[in-house]
Amino acid sequence: MQVPEDLRYSREHEWVRLEGDGTARVGITDYAQSELGDVVYVELPEVGRHLRAGEALGVVESVKSVSDIYCPISGRVAEVNGALTASPEKVNQDPYGEGWMVRLEPDDPAEAESLLDAAGYRALIGAEGGA
Amino acid sequence: MSYIPQGEEERARMLAALGLESVEELYAVLPEEARLGRPLRLPGPLSELELERELGGLAARNADASKAVCFLGAGAYDRWVPAVVDAIVGRGEFLTAYTPYQPEVSQGTLQSIFEYQSMICGLTGLEVANASLYDGASALGEALLMAANVTGRERFLLPSTLHPFYRDVAEAYARGPRLRLETLPEEGGRIAAGAVSQVDETVAAVVVQQPNFLGLIEDPRPLVEAAHAGGALAVLVVDPVSLGLLASPGELGADIAVGEGQPLGSHLNFGGPYLGFLAARERYVRRMPGRIAGQTRDVDGRVGYVLTLQAREQHIRRERATSNVCTNEALVALAASVYLATLGTRGLGEVARQSALKARYLAAELGRLPGVRLAFDGPFFDEFVVELPQEAEAVSEAMLDRGFLAGLPLGRFRPGWERRLLVAVTEKRSREELDGYVRALGEVLAAWASR
Repeated sequence: MQVPEDLRYSREHEWVRLEGDGTARVGITDYAQSELGDVVYVELPEVGRHLRAGEALGVVESVKSVSDIYCPISGRVAEVNGALTASPEKVNQDPYGEGWMVRLEPDDPAEAESLLDAAGYRALIGAEGGA
Repeated sequence: MSYIPQGEEERARMLAALGLESVEELYAVLPEEARLGRPLRLPGPLSELELERELGGLAARNADASKAVCFLGAGAYDRWVPAVVDAIVGRGEFLTAYTPYQPEVSQGTLQSIFEYQSMICGLTGLEVANASLYDGASALGEALLMAANVTGRERFLLPSTLHPFYRDVAEAYARGPRLRLETLPEEGGRIAAGAVSQVDETVAAVVVQQPNFLGLIEDPRPLVEAAHAGGALAVLVVDPVSLGLLASPGELGADIAVGEGQPLGSHLNFGGPYLGFLAARERYVRRMPGRIAGQTRDVDGRVGYVLTLQAREQHIRRERATSNVCTNEALVALAASVYLATLGTRGLGEVARQSALKARYLAAELGRLPGVRLAFDGPFFDEFVVELPQEAEAVSEAMLDRGFLAGLPLGRFRPGWERRLLVAVTEKRSREELDGYVRALGEVLAAWASR
């Protein structure tokens, strides 16, 4: 179960990576994708939409379930990963890379500090029976 | 457990086993004021034979379409049902089948649903169809929810030429999610040409019924174009048999097509069970309500059928589901499939053509009667409105005495329409029946005129 050190994590199993240009990339964790099973469809928000932390930013559908994806920090949607429309399986294959979901312009980049670090997230999924 | 009829002795034994004196003691927990305290005032029990005679006698008092010649339509049609339809629908494997949740043991049911969906797609000229809904009106309600989902908007434009019952059901669907249904005005029985100006960027969907409630053929294209220009969906409510003659919803640019499938191989069934069909463009498949059967291949490459895209449905998605419908009308859908497979494209075209031609003959003949005229100009399919010199309700009563279900009096739907009658003609009507109708109406009106 991969939990990269350089990311921040939400309790709903999203990850946040602060990029050099001030934007924040968001996706779901390796643990989340393995719990969901084969992802067959991802629904993402419109570019330009403003999302508050905790708001549903999209939906990920697997062969057996549907889950909302929650926005880990507040911000405006700068870009969405259109490649997932045709290849939703990237979420399973490469959750921290090609399986990313949205890029946000954060209202407050410091907000990511309030999220879990890798150790905290490992403890969370350990408690949930994960890795 | 075997079924054992119980007499006094058995009841006494059961009470003794429970340590009770009487059956009444079982109900002691119910408050006194909620109890009747006496037997129900019902006649005593009947034997099976007596019961059959009793109910048979009651049924014989109905003037149904097998006893009176039926010119009633307005969404339910007395069409010919080939014998093969009832023979197949009556087979135990289909008649007793339940929801095919376990595909391994439900391949026949799933394939029949898949074939039905394929035929509805062919008929409507659209790409995906669901396994069916309750009836045409609820299919429209579901289509509105679908459009609200797709567009994120809540305003809908429905024509006044839509079947009033469909409008009522749509209003009921709109109440919970607070959708706003507005009305497109009419002119001469059709949607007014100026109605397109009501379509703007806030509209979720525009609805057109084709042919409309009054039997008239509309031209949905300007509204479909206006809907698309404003980012709205175009929803067509269609009579499936009319598609044997008229352009399909797909050809007209519709995004969703719904309608009542009863005319496809179902009897009138006292108004139900009926069949709501719903088809759409493939890009909206995840927003579609109800079940969808899909064709796939197993690990060995063999064709198999499954319920697909179930993640949209309420048993998985709970309150975020696209719809709370979890029932489909599989048996009625099967009747539609067998009917369409039996007739084929040419057969359905023939049904539509005969209905339209016979309707034109009857309309022309009725127009010759003194004081009778067609209420509207322009093309209609197989149903039309006549203006009578008397109240339509009374005329319809008098016609029933002569063995005709003359049509639907429209006075109850619109003030000022008390003399209007909506007359439907199907391929079942013979030349003798059409001429008989004209003769009977002539006599009814002449009798009144001479009073």
